[in-house]
Amino acid sequence: MANTQGTTGLRGWIDERFPLTQLWREHVGEYFAPPNFNFFYIFGVLSLVVLINQLLTGLWLTMNYKPAADLAFGSVEYIMRDVKWGWLIRYMHSTGASAFFIVVYLHMFRGLMYGSYKSPRELVWLIGMLIFLCLMAESFFGYLLPWGQMSYWGAQVIISLFGAIPGIGDDLTLWIRGDYVVSDATLNRFFALHVIAIPLALLGLVVAHVIALHHVGSNNPEGVEIKKYMDEKGKPLDGIPFHPYYTVKDIVGVIVFLFFAAFVIFFWPDGGGYFLEHPNFEPADPLKTPPHIAPVWYFTPFYAVLRAVPPLFGSQFPGVVMMGIAVLIFAALPWIDNSPVKSIRYRGPTYKLFLAAFVLAFIGLGWLGVLPAEPTLTWLARILTVIYLGFFYALPWYSKAGRKPILGPLQNAFIIAIIALGVGIIWGSTRAISDGKLSMMFLLYTACFALMPFYLASDKTKPEPERVTG
Amino acid sequence: MKRIMKLVAALAFVPALASASEESVRLDKAPVDLTNQASLQRGARVFVNYCLNCHSANYMRYSRLQDLGLSEDQIKENLLFTREKPGETMTIAMSKKDAKDWFGATPPDLTVIARSRGPDWLYTYLRSFYRDDSRPTGWNNVVFDKVGMPHVMATLQGEQIAHFRTEKEADGEERRVFDRFELVKPGSVSLAQYDAMVGDLVNYLAWMGEPAKEKRMTTGLFVLLFLGMFFIVAYYLKKEFWRDIH
Repeated sequence: MANTQGTTGLRGWIDERFPLTQLWREHVGEYFAPPNFNFFYIFGVLSLVVLINQLLTGLWLTMNYKPAADLAFGSVEYIMRDVKWGWLIRYMHSTGASAFFIVVYLHMFRGLMYGSYKSPRELVWLIGMLIFLCLMAESFFGYLLPWGQMSYWGAQVIISLFGAIPGIGDDLTLWIRGDYVVSDATLNRFFALHVIAIPLALLGLVVAHVIALHHVGSNNPEGVEIKKYMDEKGKPLDGIPFHPYYTVKDIVGVIVFLFFAAFVIFFWPDGGGYFLEHPNFEPADPLKTPPHIAPVWYFTPFYAVLRAVPPLFGSQFPGVVMMGIAVLIFAALPWIDNSPVKSIRYRGPTYKLFLAAFVLAFIGLGWLGVLPAEPTLTWLARILTVIYLGFFYALPWYSKAGRKPILGPLQNAFIIAIIALGVGIIWGSTRAISDGKLSMMFLLYTACFALMPFYLASDKTKPEPERVTG
Repeated sequence: MKRIMKLVAALAFVPALASASEESVRLDKAPVDLTNQASLQRGARVFVNYCLNCHSANYMRYSRLQDLGLSEDQIKENLLFTREKPGETMTIAMSKKDAKDWFGATPPDLTVIARSRGPDWLYTYLRSFYRDDSRPTGWNNVVFDKVGMPHVMATLQGEQIAHFRTEKEADGEERRVFDRFELVKPGSVSLAQYDAMVGDLVNYLAWMGEPAKEKRMTTGLFVLLFLGMFFIVAYYLKKEFWRDIH
């Protein structure tokens, strides 16, 4: 008998043939979680809620959507007008897309704050990165489907980025589009990728993410490893079962989230032109380029990085590489963070400062990404890009214990130089100061960041507690 | 940490400020009131009479006008001039190719025009045609320079000319800026009446852009109310369960 759970009746019958009770115990009923999760720990559950919303509303949308260049736009309007509750399903899906990125960005931010990527959770983090990449692909493919002007030209711009790859670029874009321009063929394959390929990958990765997490156990704001102290039955002393404690707690969080989501869905579905862009209510027209093409808001931080990098030998490739780095560099975190502690609560001021600067740079780049490129804004984007990447660059140095750098006493001088040069570049770009001089200042600014290993001392951390108290 | 979080929360709303308009002409506020059925009905009539010859509304069904308080017979008698049935959409007979030959560009479908252009733009645009003999149609528009569309409602509004002045920009370049209109030939209605008529039309266009909007809002209220009550139950449930933890 394969039933080790001691269950009888129908459940016993099932347990002999399928580990139902065992699965329930391992992942819900007897999955022990730290009792001190705070606000930021809701976003994992919320992304699952949004994922389910996207899958269900997406399924119903496909019942009336037509993936053909001459029918797509009309079929979306058909859903909005003639399909019963079609407008609701569509708004739930379009709002869900933006909500997905909001909760995932906050989920990742939680990871940065509490060091959730650190050992032993490296694989949880890496699988999460793959989920993030899938999510970006999924939303990019999905955004073409309404076949509006912004769908069309946004896709055109993003696909053309692959064209910047030396050597294979042109062939690659042709292969992606299936045509020389974004066309019916592109729409059709993007539909296939959006509704089958990526969702399948996404579901598999989410399951892997949760399995990996439940294998190593959850982190928490105190950075305590609850598995270190077990009782005689092998249960963590500081752990509480996920069910019922976190199920009832998460329901509260989910309702609050649904309240905000419902507010947007019912009263603000275009999100001020950011969740549904105004030009996208105009059907795609390959002969009419819109005056200003901006990707959807959740891509704009990376888009701003791309635009910040000047072309090299007439090629946008360096910008594309930089954008790729800005997306992928999160994956390096488990190995570049040498800090003995996980949680921001026990880290020193340097990490707090860098994290705050990073968050501001991320938001600032997102804001710049929706605006047309102007000289001052481009310089600002360059400065913010250096801050963004500087967060990751500096981390290995100052997070290492016992560092006494050569230029240590000059630390404050460098920080003042960074601020002064940054302000100077922005101020200079609004005056008639030549690009050459600004570039020199920017080079110095970057050099100040590059020299960080020589002047940044170890961050002063406090020891993390062994047990969860209070 | 708390302070940082507050700052982050505050900054999350900054992008909303970035949606500054790029229009060089100040747009007038359109009198949109989706609860004003009389205005919407008048607007529908103007739309069918003046717009629906060159412009289509391919995704809008005549029968949907019942949402504006019109009966099917009223729709048939007053708004259906061709042999179309109320269940059909507002298509036009003019082919895209002909339209392109005649106007230089295909007149856009107007079903969701209020969602792409915005009611204020439409309201200003429809009142900003002026005489310009350099244009093939003899008309130009202050909000849409070199527009292919002639002033369809000129007999109503009358003919106006536009006065421009030159202004020096901050970068030292001179730019021609719109100053004011001058009515040179009065139309069949007063300007105030014309504005009201365009107001009705734009109101209708705004409604047509999303006919489900009213239902969306009322449904939304119930959903929020339900979630609010659900929250209370869930909150106390959580509190009860967590009593033995804290």
